[in-house]
Amino acid sequence: MDWNPIWLSVKLALVTTLILLVLGLPLAYWLSRKNTLFKLILEGIITMPLVLPPSVLGFYLLLLFSPQNALGRWLHNAFDIQLVFSFGGLIVASVVYSLPFMINPVRSAFAQLPHSISEASYTMGKSEWQTLLHILIPNISPSILTAAVLTFAHTLGEFGVVLMIGGNIPGVTRVASIAIYDSVEQMNYSQANNYSLLLFILTFVIVTTVFVVNRKSVKSPLG
Amino acid sequence: MIKVDLTKQIRTHDGSGLHINTQFASGQITQLVGPSGAGKTTLLKMLAGLIQPDQGRIQVDDQVWLDTEAGICLEPQKRGVGFVFQDYALFPHMTVEKHLLYGTRDEAYIKQLLQTGRLEPFRHHKPRQLSGGQQQRLAILRALSTKPRLLLMDEPFTALDNALKKELIADLKNLLTVQGTTCLVVTHQPFLNGEFAGDTFEME
Repeated sequence: MDWNPIWLSVKLALVTTLILLVLGLPLAYWLSRKNTLFKLILEGIITMPLVLPPSVLGFYLLLLFSPQNALGRWLHNAFDIQLVFSFGGLIVASVVYSLPFMINPVRSAFAQLPHSISEASYTMGKSEWQTLLHILIPNISPSILTAAVLTFAHTLGEFGVVLMIGGNIPGVTRVASIAIYDSVEQMNYSQANNYSLLLFILTFVIVTTVFVVNRKSVKSPLG
Repeated sequence: MIKVDLTKQIRTHDGSGLHINTQFASGQITQLVGPSGAGKTTLLKMLAGLIQPDQGRIQVDDQVWLDTEAGICLEPQKRGVGFVFQDYALFPHMTVEKHLLYGTRDEAYIKQLLQTGRLEPFRHHKPRQLSGGQQQRLAILRALSTKPRLLLMDEPFTALDNALKKELIADLKNLLTVQGTTCLVVTHQPFLNGEFAGDTFEME
């Protein structure tokens, strides 16, 4: 069995999850604070990948990144970056596609924390950033873990967006879900089954581990 | 001297909004009394910089903390206040000791605070492992950990039994006197004369 698709899928899911942890935590915190019309519109945009067919999202990203269009041409000319049919393009598309899986649970967790614990930290001389780092994030760690795992598992199983942006280039963009589809097309059910079973076991172990780790997490901050 | 002249449109019990123009003596303990909805908690939060008034001025000794006309508003972090919240607002992931370490690195002072609050045996406990009274004492000690110039306490002794309250009040009074801390304490049950607060400010 060719292990490259599995390795590519895991690498894509890991990189996407790490990027979304760095981007998602501050963004979710900002969104959890007072609502403005701009924030509501942004939340709508972030949530779109949950309801939009992946092929639609993939199609528009393909157009956006294409060297024939402004952004794609600029990226190519200014930085020699080509996102279409590349692993880099898969990462960008996955970040967009999995954004709601990171943002929504974390934003809800931030919103459920009593505002007075932030206020207590401010009166102790701590900045908003220090409060976020030392008080708020440690108190929503179960939600962050859940969000990270959801993001990882969701990216691992990505198909439509990946196919549109990356195509099926062995060793570059041929991730496990594409390899399964490809094997079935070639009537190679045994290989499709190997990939499918591996993805199934991997996802099951990850999700179950999160349930086990989070089983003691309290719902109320004071529990 | 703390000079306060503040106006804020809030739903007070009589619907008139909050208008306060008064002075509090520095280094003294003043109790704020009044009916529910009079704006006592709002006043404390405006002093701490956690709520903005519609207009007004706060001057603490020679420093202006707030002047809406001049566009001055000192951040809560720079006011040097300690705040005891009615819901305690403890940090669920921190032990008793870490709550105090978050405010100061002075080990001797932390030890003194733990003794004052009778919380030494519980230094490694988290808030959920403490009783209501212990949580309330921790909230007071945490507010004191930064050695604030102004201590604002919102119903700080409600979960304490009388004997413990008496001991804590005596120790707290000493500590505030030594540190020269001004203290405003909101209470529904006014202290007996000289029990804790020297002055009383009644909010209509």
